[in-house]
Amino acid sequence: MSEQTIDRRPRATGFAALSFRERRRRVVSRVMIGGTGVAAALTVLPLLLIFYHLMRAGLGSLNPDFFTNVPAPVGESGGGVGNGVLGTFLLVALAGAMGLPVAIGAGIYLAEAEGGRLPNAIRFITDVMNGIPSIVIGIFVWAWIVVSVGAFSAFAGGVALAIMLLPMVTRTTEEMVRLVPRELKEGALALGFTRWRTTLGVVLPAARSGILTGVLVALARIAGETAPLLFTAFGNPFWSSDLGKPIAALPVQIFQYAISPYEEQHRQAWAASLLLIALVLAVSLTARFLIRSPYRSR
Amino acid sequence: MQQTYSGAPRAGAPLTPEAATPMQQTATQQTATLAPAQTAIEADDFSFWYGSARALNDITLQIQEKRVTALIGPSGCGKSTFLRSINRMNDLIPGIRHDGDIRLNGESVYRQGLDVVQLRKRVGMVFQKSNPFPKSIYDNVAYGARVNGLAKGRRDLDDLVERSLKQAALWDEVSDRLDRSALGLSGGQQQRLCIARALAVQPEVLLMDEPASALDPIATQKIEELIYELKDEYTIVIVTHNMQQAARVSDYTAFFYMGSLVEVGRTNEIFTNPREDRTEAYITGRFG
Repeated sequence: MSEQTIDRRPRATGFAALSFRERRRRVVSRVMIGGTGVAAALTVLPLLLIFYHLMRAGLGSLNPDFFTNVPAPVGESGGGVGNGVLGTFLLVALAGAMGLPVAIGAGIYLAEAEGGRLPNAIRFITDVMNGIPSIVIGIFVWAWIVVSVGAFSAFAGGVALAIMLLPMVTRTTEEMVRLVPRELKEGALALGFTRWRTTLGVVLPAARSGILTGVLVALARIAGETAPLLFTAFGNPFWSSDLGKPIAALPVQIFQYAISPYEEQHRQAWAASLLLIALVLAVSLTARFLIRSPYRSR
Repeated sequence: MQQTYSGAPRAGAPLTPEAATPMQQTATQQTATLAPAQTAIEADDFSFWYGSARALNDITLQIQEKRVTALIGPSGCGKSTFLRSINRMNDLIPGIRHDGDIRLNGESVYRQGLDVVQLRKRVGMVFQKSNPFPKSIYDNVAYGARVNGLAKGRRDLDDLVERSLKQAALWDEVSDRLDRSALGLSGGQQQRLCIARALAVQPEVLLMDEPASALDPIATQKIEELIYELKDEYTIVIVTHNMQQAARVSDYTAFFYMGSLVEVGRTNEIFTNPREDRTEAYITGRFG
């Protein structure tokens, strides 16, 4: 009906001048599109500002000593955060070794189990865990490990970070495994593969780059955590790689420098922040790179 | 009468005279070779439910060994459900239930304690959408055989891969690039690779769920010729929406409608002289 009505109107023979209504629609559209662009710019602005500020305040303190030395005694200039870098790597490695196998396994379970009461309960709990403030995790591990052992330790710090890692990696793994086309899974099952062989040999390789990305993002995230380490790894002004002793960590060092009254330590805090953000950025870029896998596109 | 269906509306017909010959033989040979056949698969009052929705009603059907049986019917009629019940691919779906039985060479595939992995080794499957693994062409064929322990050593495996690819009429096109990704193949090649992959596991039965519905006429014709070749060695059950295809490739046709088996018989009889009005209506395109 409506088409016929339109057909009866005289046909336009060219592009007439825009009516007021048409002009208004065009302006509104442009303003709105422009608005979203501004919002996008505002989103990335903080990162640029952070970078700018860290460069200005911290770049001056970056020197070879800064990477290789332990902090100088209070009142002396120089010194570095080499022990903090080592400590952060150790803590993240420890957390990864403890948390990743569990989290990836749990993610696979959730993806394979789909519905059902138990999987849904686990899904809900991981969401809750994701929302637990990190300081609470720190206190929990302090009460649970540090108090019972009677000492702050790198191990306790690793446990706290592993607990933070669990829900993040579980959920990203689940999502990535779910993205694998059902047909691919059925193809393997129809060949007489067991479910485990199907998961290990076909589903996981197809989801590999996605899972890896999730893992790296989570590792980068926990590398910057301060709160869970305050009462667990505690920090240490000296070199240490003993898992049973307190250990230095970059974020903890930044925190301690930042609250100290000394100008020199403030400068060190800025430099350490710059270093930390550079490390996180490097991990994120690696994750980006890994997304491209050989048999994916085409 | 047979000639009406063997020669007339073929998808890729006017291509090459050579390609057309095996097809035309189908119908003429049917009567000659059909006589002594044994039952490979037997459905006995088989019913199936997805939750509370009943998808199959008391299907009783015998599928002959080393013959091609086509399952036809409108969308949602249960033909795919029935096909996937034979190798129990539906097992993964939560809330399913069945009644009655399906037997493979006299043995129930729903027997307590039966290993579905063993069942699926004997009953291979090719899907509507080609689903090669994101691996090399060689690995796609070799993987299943390797997992199922069917080849001893590299040499043996090489032979098996070559034989399977030849059986699937793909060898000549890929023999020089076995180490390349299977995802770089065309749709028709991918589908034949999936057939080769299924054959490498050395099944007795091959289930095909609309194997050519996503392919162009030339690739479709290749798949159909392949089915014709393969029935010397395998029992084939094929679900298809394409009436001409069912008429061209199958020896027997079963017509499903709303979860029930309406009619089953020799393909030329079903297509030329159906007993049921609904069958005739569907075949002639009056509904579905």
